[in-house]
Amino acid sequence: MSGVLAVLEQRDGVLHKMALEALAASQQIGAALNLPVFAAVPGGSGDALTGYKLDKIHVLEHELLKDYTPDGYTIALKQLIEKHQPTFVLFPHTYQVRDFAPKLATALGRVLVSDVIANRIEDGKLVLVRQLFQGKINADVRFEGEPPYFASVQAGAFRADTLVAGSAAVDKFAVDLKAEQIRTKPLDLFRESARAVDLTAADIIVSVGRGIKEADNIPIVKALADAFGGELAASRPICDNGWLPMERQVGSSGQTVAPKMYLAVGISGAIQHLVGMKGSKTIVAINKDPEAPIFEVADYGIVGDLFEVVPALIEALKKP
Amino acid sequence: MKIVVAIKQVPSRDSQLKVSSSGKWIEDSDLAWEINEPDAYALESGLQLREKSSGEVVVICAGPAGASQTIREALAKGADRAIHIETDDYGSSDPLALARIMAKALESEKPDLLLTGLQSDDLGYGQTGVILAEVMGLPHATIIMNIEEAGGKITVKRELEDGWFQNVEIPLPALLTIQSGATKLRYATLMGIKKAKTKEVRKVSASELHTDSPATITLDRIYFPGKTKRSQIFDGPAKESAAKLIEKLRFEARVI
Repeated sequence: MSGVLAVLEQRDGVLHKMALEALAASQQIGAALNLPVFAAVPGGSGDALTGYKLDKIHVLEHELLKDYTPDGYTIALKQLIEKHQPTFVLFPHTYQVRDFAPKLATALGRVLVSDVIANRIEDGKLVLVRQLFQGKINADVRFEGEPPYFASVQAGAFRADTLVAGSAAVDKFAVDLKAEQIRTKPLDLFRESARAVDLTAADIIVSVGRGIKEADNIPIVKALADAFGGELAASRPICDNGWLPMERQVGSSGQTVAPKMYLAVGISGAIQHLVGMKGSKTIVAINKDPEAPIFEVADYGIVGDLFEVVPALIEALKKP
Repeated sequence: MKIVVAIKQVPSRDSQLKVSSSGKWIEDSDLAWEINEPDAYALESGLQLREKSSGEVVVICAGPAGASQTIREALAKGADRAIHIETDDYGSSDPLALARIMAKALESEKPDLLLTGLQSDDLGYGQTGVILAEVMGLPHATIIMNIEEAGGKITVKRELEDGWFQNVEIPLPALLTIQSGATKLRYATLMGIKKAKTKEVRKVSASELHTDSPATITLDRIYFPGKTKRSQIFDGPAKESAAKLIEKLRFEARVI
């Protein structure tokens, strides 16, 4: 048998927000290569998927899949893949997928092409595009040898609103799994800081990154945020250093925002940051490196030294 | 506890990159290099664990002869010895092939704990640690912020998305991939730099350890991405650029 299998993440029965993007990618690749499309949901239910055009939804059932473990998920999905032999196995590039998908691919002697941003078909073969050097350079990657071929897709690279509606039947797949095969023991899930600042409500966000160099310089960017009447935010390294509290962090491990204007000051634009802000209506970037990936997503940019540009912007704002 | 830390040397973050004539990798003759940042945090975690519970920290690094700079720096920071897997370049091996080579190089070591950074700043697969765990038959956990050791097992704090965390218990031996930023990095001391010169670096050749399994992915070509958006970039004097930008934000984007 052949086809495209989308492995979809859920927690407590709720699909991960990126799961439908991976399903959309699977439908697009399935349509381009004339292959049927299947979904697999480990430890959950397929109910949320029955309205999409799919050949089948495999629900992997076992008491030991209720809590995620890399051993449990790998054993279960390996059994499903060996039985149904899909050509492609696609995942959303979530933290959980980063935890187990490379293990699953290795267990089957393959390499996962991780964090894919685009695809095309050349001579009937799938070519995947992924980013190197923190997003500065792209690479075309191909699969070699026999399937299955594994890939994970980046947040926002495929759009869930392109999903084709239809109907799909649910198949319950009984997994053969024993407690002693699971070596890690997942404990409590928790959050650390109460979110006093809700960045998602701000119309204008001015965000600061590594380019600010030291904690004592943060007020320079704070003054710009105040001049715009916006909220101050930051990329991860700033919060890791304790220069701003974690609750002001934008990116995959912080908040996801989409304000009217997002102004990035001294932020190079690593993908972990971009996924948290690229939905903003207008994006402005200030960076000394003209090759910084932040300029790829910016509507307006200033290439220059932020210590000169930021005061000049505050001056310019004062003029009517 | 015997701790092995896998580290990688990558071009420094502000490097101006050029695509090489092969079109498959970057021109790397004139670049400045540094330790892959997440690996620096993996090394720091290893050194802190050794300070709490005694034992040994061994670094393993795959790369060409030039990678010895990063290996020496790790030894100067306090690693006890090193294994250098000599390769032709930084980019040609896929992560599974490289993990198989690393597993072979580590056969005689029998570490209690293996640490890696969560991803590399160059290829960015974010997989070498997880693949190495599977090849070596070890349990693993990824994106780790904190490690507590007690009685032959460890409890780690895993970072999840949207500000969530999870504690996970793992029996030893095990492999962890370490998140950046969870702790402060140390600098090498003058004494450390002196001592590093006398520490053991075992060199092994990647081609000797290479297994015959064929590659399952190939990197066709690399290139600079085209702009996805039509950006308007101002690169003149700061005052001029600032005035132009504010004008655009007021009258074109109309966001202020």
